[in-house]
Parts: sequence; structure tokens; C-alpha cells
Amino acid sequence: MNFSADISLALPEVILAISALTLLVFGAFAPRQTNALMVASMAALAAAGYAAAVGPMGRGFAGGMIADNASAFAQVAIYAASALAIPLGMKWFERRDVRNFEFPILILLAALGMGMMVSAGDLISLYMGVELQSLALYVLAAMHRDNAKASEAGLKYFVLGALSSGLLLYGASLIYGFAGSTKFVDIAAAVHGAANTGVIFGLVFLICGLAFKVSAAPFHMWTPDVYEGAPTPVVAFFAAAPKLAAMVLFARVLTEGFGDVIWQWRQILVCISLFSIAVGAFGGLAQQNLKRLWAYSSIANVGYAVLGLASGTAEGVQAMLVFMVLYMVDVTGFFACLTALSRDGKPMETVADMAGLFKTRPAIALAMTAFSLSALGLPPFSGFWAKFYVFKAAIAVSDPVIQGAAIAGLVGSVVAAFYYLRLIKVMWFDNAEGGTDPIPGEARAIAIGAALFSFPVVLAALVYIDPLAKAAALALGQ
Amino acid sequence: MTIGLAHYLAVAAILFTIGVFGIFVNRKNIIVILMSVELILLAVNINLVSFSVYLHDVVGQIFAMFVLTVAAAEAAVGLAILVTFFRNRGDIAVDDASMMKG
Repeated sequence: MNFSADISLALPEVILAISALTLLVFGAFAPRQTNALMVASMAALAAAGYAAAVGPMGRGFAGGMIADNASAFAQVAIYAASALAIPLGMKWFERRDVRNFEFPILILLAALGMGMMVSAGDLISLYMGVELQSLALYVLAAMHRDNAKASEAGLKYFVLGALSSGLLLYGASLIYGFAGSTKFVDIAAAVHGAANTGVIFGLVFLICGLAFKVSAAPFHMWTPDVYEGAPTPVVAFFAAAPKLAAMVLFARVLTEGFGDVIWQWRQILVCISLFSIAVGAFGGLAQQNLKRLWAYSSIANVGYAVLGLASGTAEGVQAMLVFMVLYMVDVTGFFACLTALSRDGKPMETVADMAGLFKTRPAIALAMTAFSLSALGLPPFSGFWAKFYVFKAAIAVSDPVIQGAAIAGLVGSVVAAFYYLRLIKVMWFDNAEGGTDPIPGEARAIAIGAALFSFPVVLAALVYIDPLAKAAALALGQ
Repeated sequence: MTIGLAHYLAVAAILFTIGVFGIFVNRKNIIVILMSVELILLAVNINLVSFSVYLHDVVGQIFAMFVLTVAAAEAAVGLAILVTFFRNRGDIAVDDASMMKG
């Protein structure tokens, strides 16, 4: 393949890179033009998403980059979630008089990193994508510079994130050495049938590093602290797109590079999945801070996604993709509600703060109820369909371990139901402590839009998401 | 005795372990954590370069170049975050990073 064909495969990434650099220069000279920056960066993400959806497919850069149905599917979802995070965050920072024109640019760079992650074809592009995304996210977590909690969250995220990148990289170096190549296809050829000990060792390190990035237990320690300390709109971004990107990367490495030795990694994934579901369900019970609570909820939900992946079938990967996309809408909507709510200028973040919210802010309370019920997995909300896909794929595998894990997962979601239902009870039946500040327009729009998606719209949207996720899963299997 | 691949891998593994322990056991200073992170990345570089020589394959050395670049960027971002942390707290002891627990 020649260079121009390679560039046309990478068009979404090229658009994002050029616009991030241009906007950085523009912002440096005109830092007050925040609205122009917001519109321009959202337009860049829309253009990149469009280029990913309609662009050519194939392998480029000597196999280092893959553009297929899976990368297109994931990129469109990631760029859409990133575009929503931009107005949410910029308006939030503006209300606190923090005028950082870097915010949309960092989101663009993180989106570029995630785009590289989902289309990585070898270990070098995998590592570069992961690092580009992570470095942008560390800065975003610490963006609220004068806030002690935010800088502590940024520092913790940085230290543990750097450790996880180190683990991932050490695993990558071992795989390179013992399989003789960094390309996934060549690794697959080298491990055909039986992988040697060095490769398995490297694979375990690689899985640990990626489990850190998706915040699956036992590598979840950073999640509650970072979610609590980081600015709420930044958390809305953290909890959605980077998780999808890391899960797609997970699926691509395991199915393309190590598809033949599934019995080597399946038990690791089942352990990670069950442990995440348990930590998420039990850890959340004692939480009073809603951001911490949803951090545990996201740990549990990642557990279900990993369970889909552990099935190892195309159906399982499809279930994982559908699950992550539906979960992204829920979690973005929930954190959009939290960005909207404040009382006398102070953010409302604890369960007790939500008392009587239905009487003062019925629309936001209804939206939060929808997200809680959806995360709980109650039909007919989107979370039910997401879990339905995962459990269907897990039951279809004729392996008692996976089937047992699916049953344990169901029990875990019953335990987690307690904290979702407690939040709903507090919002609907407790007495209001006082009014709330006016709800900002963009947060209200995102919250209500996501709530409408999680109930009626999802039924229509699944008709389109299902075949797209299926095509993506089939592309990953090759 | 000739120095072979196994020796290089052993050195890298020892450096990697020291780095990981430096992050978890160290209870004093966050700068030490940054140094440990660098140590981990350098251990990986030794791995990559020795594999590259062993396999007669240049990709490992290219990978090592990328890792060096990323390590520089990571140190820059880490120190910048550390500066904001110091401005808020006036101290960079590890035990101070404990506002949030649970």
C-alpha cells in the first residue's frame, strides 16, 4: 500500500491531530474566544466521526493500523461521546470562573488517542494510543487547578496510570521478544496452537495493564478517588469513551493476537469479571458520595462487559460492544445531571443532598431515576438490554465456568440494586431540604436526551446498533 | 562466561521489580514515585533492545525510541500535576495525598 492510501485510512486521526494543533495555536492567541473553540472542536469531532463512518477500510502503515467495521463503530461512538463532553465541561468551568481554553483541545487529543487505540494493529501503535489518551486524561483530571481534591485526583490517576502503562509495556516487550514480532497477525501466527511461557507471561502483564485502564477489579483502586476528586464533567467523559476504547482494544488484542490460545486467557478474564462485579456491588453499598457510588457502579458494569469478552465468541464480543455503548449513554447522562445540580453555589454530590429532588426538579429527578433503573438492569430500560446481550452470549458458550459466572453476575446485580433503589427512594419520598440553583441548559439537554435514549429511543436504536455491533465483532474475529 | 540474552532479561526484570516496589513501598516522597516510573520504563527499554539484538530485528529499537519519547512526555505531565498539588497543599509527602478515602 502506498503512503496516500495509508493516510486516507487514518483520515479521522489526521483530522483530529491537525485540528487539535491548529486550535491550540488559535487558543494561545485568542484565549477569550471560548465559544469559537467549542464549536470548532465539536465540528472537528463530527468530521472525524463522519470520516470514520464512510472512510475506506483495510490495513495501513505496514499493518500498524487497522480500519475495519470494529474501529469505525467504536470511533463513531467515542467521537460522539467526546463531542458531548466539550460543552458540558466548558460551561461548567465557566460557571466556576476557570477559563481554560485547553479543555476542548485536551478532549480532542484524548479522542485522537482513543481513535488510535481502537484501530491499533501492532504493539507500538497500541502503546502510543494508550499513552496519548492517558496523558490527556491525567491533565483533564487535574484541570481544576485551585481545587485541592482535583489536583490530588490528578496525581493519584497519574501515578497509578503510569504504573499500569509500565505493566502493559513490560508485557508488550516480553510478547515482542518471545513471539518475534509486534504485529498482532504475526503474534497470532507465532502462538498458533501453543504459546510458550514467555508469551503467556507477557500476555498476563498486558491484560493487567489493560484491566487498569478499564478499571476492572483488582486494578480498580484509583477509580473511586479519581471520580470523587475530578471535576464532574470530566468524570462524565472518563466514565464513557475511554472505557469503550480500552474494551475494544482488549477485544482486538485477545481475538486477533491470541485467538488460538483462548483457554490461556479465558480464566483470567472470568476471574477479573467476577471480582469486578463483586467489588462494584458490595463496595457501593456503603458509599454516600454519588460520584464514588457511580465509580463502584462502573466497576461492576465493566465486569459484565469483560464477561461478554470472556465468552470468546463473536456473539460475546458483540454483546460487549452493545453493552459498552448503552452504558456510555447512561453514565454520561447521570454525570450530566450531577453537573447540573448545585445548591447555593455548592455542588450537590451526596445521596442526602438528593432528598426530595422530585419535588424541586422533577425533570432531572426523573432522568436520574431512569439512569439508576437502567444501570440496575430493569426492563425496559437500556441497561436491561445491555445485560441481556451479555448473559445470552455467556449462556450460549458450552463451558460451565462461563455459565456459572453469568449466574454469579446476576446475583451481583441484585446486590447492586440496593444502592440504586436507595437513591431513587431518597429522591422521590424524602423531604426536600431546599431548592436548587437554576439548571444550566446544556446539562439539562444532555441529561434529558440521554434519559429519553435509555427508555423509549433505545428500542428503536437497537435495531441499528445490533447489526453494526455484529459486523464489528465479526471484523475483530479475523 | 558470556553475557547472553538471559542476563539482560534478568537485569530488566530486577529493575522492573525495584520500580514497582518503589511505587508501593515508598511512603515518603512523590518525586521518588516519579523516579520509580522512569525505572520501570527503562527496564522495558533494556528488554526491547536486547530482544532486538537477539532477534536481529530493528523493530525493538524503534519501539525503544518511542518509549523514550513517551517517558519524557510522561515526566513533564507528572511534574506539572505535582506542581499544582504542591500549590494547593504546600507539601508533597505521599501521606498527604489522602483527602479521599473509602
